[in-house]
This record gives sequence, structure tokens and C-alpha cells, in this order.
Amino acid sequence: MHESWRSGFANYLTTSFVDLLRAESPHLLPTFVTEGEAEVPPIAIPHGTTILALKCRDGVVMAGDRQATEGFQIAHRRIEKVYKADETSAIAIAGAAGPSIDMVRLFQTELEHYEKVEGENLSLEGKANKLAQMIRMNLPAAMQGLVVIPIFAGYDDKTGQGRIFMYDVTGGRYEERDHYATGSGGKDARNSLKRLYRKELDRQEAIRVALEALTDAAEEDVGTAGPDFVKGIFPSVKVITRAGFEEVPEDEVRRVSEAIVGQRREEAAS
Amino acid sequence: MPLPYYVSPEQIMKDKAEYARKGIARGRSIIAAEYRDGILLVAENPSTLLHKTSEIYDRIAFAGVGKFNEFENLRIAGVRHADLRGYAYSRGDVTAKALANAYSQALGSIFTQDIKPFEVEVLVVEVPDRNGGKNEIYHILYDGTIEDEVHYAAMGGQAEEIRQVLTENFQEGMTLAQALQLGVRALTVTQNKALNPSDLEVAVLDQTRERRKFRRIGAEELKQLLER
Repeated sequence: MHESWRSGFANYLTTSFVDLLRAESPHLLPTFVTEGEAEVPPIAIPHGTTILALKCRDGVVMAGDRQATEGFQIAHRRIEKVYKADETSAIAIAGAAGPSIDMVRLFQTELEHYEKVEGENLSLEGKANKLAQMIRMNLPAAMQGLVVIPIFAGYDDKTGQGRIFMYDVTGGRYEERDHYATGSGGKDARNSLKRLYRKELDRQEAIRVALEALTDAAEEDVGTAGPDFVKGIFPSVKVITRAGFEEVPEDEVRRVSEAIVGQRREEAAS
Repeated sequence: MPLPYYVSPEQIMKDKAEYARKGIARGRSIIAAEYRDGILLVAENPSTLLHKTSEIYDRIAFAGVGKFNEFENLRIAGVRHADLRGYAYSRGDVTAKALANAYSQALGSIFTQDIKPFEVEVLVVEVPDRNGGKNEIYHILYDGTIEDEVHYAAMGGQAEEIRQVLTENFQEGMTLAQALQLGVRALTVTQNKALNPSDLEVAVLDQTRERRKFRRIGAEELKQLLER
């Protein structure tokens, strides 16, 4: 016990939880490198589908549908794809569900660990870069088909506005100006966002746009689920502003979803 | 070849203990006390940047007295211990008891094996989760001695006198303001002067909060609580 504490002190230079994990318990690092040259995972694994983020007047809105697919099967109907990263940021995941969820957990711990050790928060930019490093760490697994593609967004105290970051599989990090969507229905969601997005949307308008985009994606993409009024499953929507992270209550999401579907029904009938 | 001096083990331990106690007695004190919604930590600490109290994990907080670099090392090691454990198992599996034991082991080994013992005492406190249970207060001394305290604890220079005030005046179910006023009164016992809000570092483990219960009480709120 004594010796392991000592080694903890010796590595005092780093405040990164990932580095700590690598030094103390490397077996807990989420790496999925297998021997051999398997191009595609030999077994079907659950995949998350559509996620999106858009800026609004007070910050950003993030949303995702709730379905995970395994080939042509539905693996899970109520999976959560948008997670609170810390008080002022959130991470949404698309891609292989297992590695994605592991990455979220590691990322959350990383941010909290830094905050507790240093006594202050990382900057939003710092968090975005940290996530890029973690995606790069996953590259060998991604080459074998276990791709993790998150969107990271949050409220930046320094600039006083919401910011959105997208990533590629190599850990490339790109900032988006207004909105972004990815996952299997990402292209369809991006099209609707492009059509519906305006600057300075208020909270309610932004939530409506997010849900419109997800509904469009669900119409076009087999992997994405729309609101399910029978089972009572609705997309998850989060809002991040100066005041912090807020999960939009399911009731509100249901009401907006009903309005959207109602409007479409009328349009189809007329 | 000259013979090395022989010093009996008893003497070595006595000297080390005295050395550590002297170091700790020079420092300022800290108290922990239960109140209605959790546990209150009050430290005499004029610095607003170098903290003596800290969050370790969701329901666990840390307080240290003595040499800053030494208890800061222990604090960071504690955060690492907790985060590793919470990541490997689950958040609910991180307990103050395990952490207090780890501190006890570490301080015990340092005391016996190193030439210079740590001149620190630390408190590890935990509030229960929603399923009920009791507050836990662990007090770990420079030589690894570990005690679990009930309702309140005091450590640092002149801890005995401070504890005396707490013993005489502590009541269960105090409000935050009452507990804070008692804490400040207890700390004042060792002083010739009154303590200003700017001399204090105050933090709480507040059970009414969501997941992370630790909260620092800022200067403005502190002033209001003391005037109430």
C-alpha cells in the first residue's frame, strides 16, 4: 500500500486521470485492440445512431434519439446518447455503443478529476482537446470497425457563448459555427438543421428545431427512431447555458414531439 | 571503525512523535461538526487560494492540518484513490472508510520507515446516501492512528480546548448558521482576538445537493450566516 502511494506521489506532475489509469491500472483503459487483421468485427455489436447539437441564444442544445441497432435488429430502445460531461458541457455519442459509453465515463472522470486536483475547471477548449486525444487513443479499435464519433458542446465562460466541436475518427477536432449532426441519420438531420436554423433561437425554438431534425432523420434512416407514443420513448434533449447543464423534462419533449407530428399529419392530409 | 550510536526504538518513536506533534501544534486548527443537512468544516485559514478542505468524491470530503505540502499530497492521493475506485467499480463503492484506512496505512508506514514523519492530521468525512445511514467522521493522526469520531471533531494546535467547547455546546439537529457559529466560537478559544470571516475557510457536505455534496461557502454567504 505504502509503495503504491509513493508512486502516486512520484507522478505528481500530471493531473490527468487517463495518465493515472495508464500508470496504475492499465487493464482498465478502454482499448479494444485484437490480434490479427480483422477488418470488421466478426460479431454484430450495438451502434448508436443520430445525435446533433445547435447553438441558441443562451448556449447550446444537444439531442439524440434513443435507439441502438445491431445490424438490422434493434439492440436497445432506450439507450442514452447525450451525457452531461460536467456542469457546463455535454458529450453526445454515435458509433459502437460499448466503446462510446466507456469513453464517456472516462471523459467524465477525467474532467472531474482535473477539477478536484487543480481546484478549477479546464477551459472548454482544453476539454475539447482532451476528448480529441481520447478519440485518437481509440484509433486502432476504430480501424477494426469500433468507431466512436462524439459531438462535444458546452458553454464557454471566456467567450460568453455556446460552442460545438465535431471530431473525425483520427481525433481531428473541428469547431462548428452553428450546428452539427452525425451518426447514421446525421446527414438527414444536418439537412433539416440547415433549413430550420436561425441565429439567436430561444430555448423553446431551439428544442423544436432539434426535435424536427431528429424526426426527419427517423423518417429517412432505418437506424434512427422517432418519438414513440405507444411505448412512451422520446429523444433526449439537453440545454447548456451559463446557468449550467439542464436535462429537458420528458413531458416537454413529449409535448413538442406531439406538436411536430400533429403538424405533419395535417400537412399530409391537406 | 567507530561503533554507530545505539538509540533504542522507543526513543526513536518518541522523538518522531514529539517532532510531528510540535509541527502540528504550530499550525491552525480545523473543526468538523454535524448539522441538520450534513457536515460542516470550518478551518482557520486566511488564504483564499490554498485550501485546507477539499472535495474527494461525491459524498466524501477531506480536511488537513499541519504542513501544507504534506497534506496536499495526501489530498491528491485521496482524489486519485477515489476516482480510480469509482471508475473501476461504481460511484457508490467509494467509501470514506476505505480511504481513511488507506491514509492510516500510508501515514503509519511513513512514520515508521522514513526519517521524518509527516507533520499532519487529516479528517475524512462522509454523509450517507439517500438510503439513510449515518455520518462518518474519521480522524487520522501523523503516526497512522485512526479514530472514528461522533458528531464532531477538532484537530490542529490546541485541539483539546476546541473539543471541550464543542463537547459542552454541541446539539443534534442544528441549522447551518448555528453549527457555524458554534464552530467559530470553538476556534476562537485559542485566540486572543475575534475571528473575521476573512480568516475562515468554510465548506459543507450538504445532503440536499445532487450527486456532488461538497460546497464551499463564499465570503458573502459566510458573512450572512455569521450575522444571523
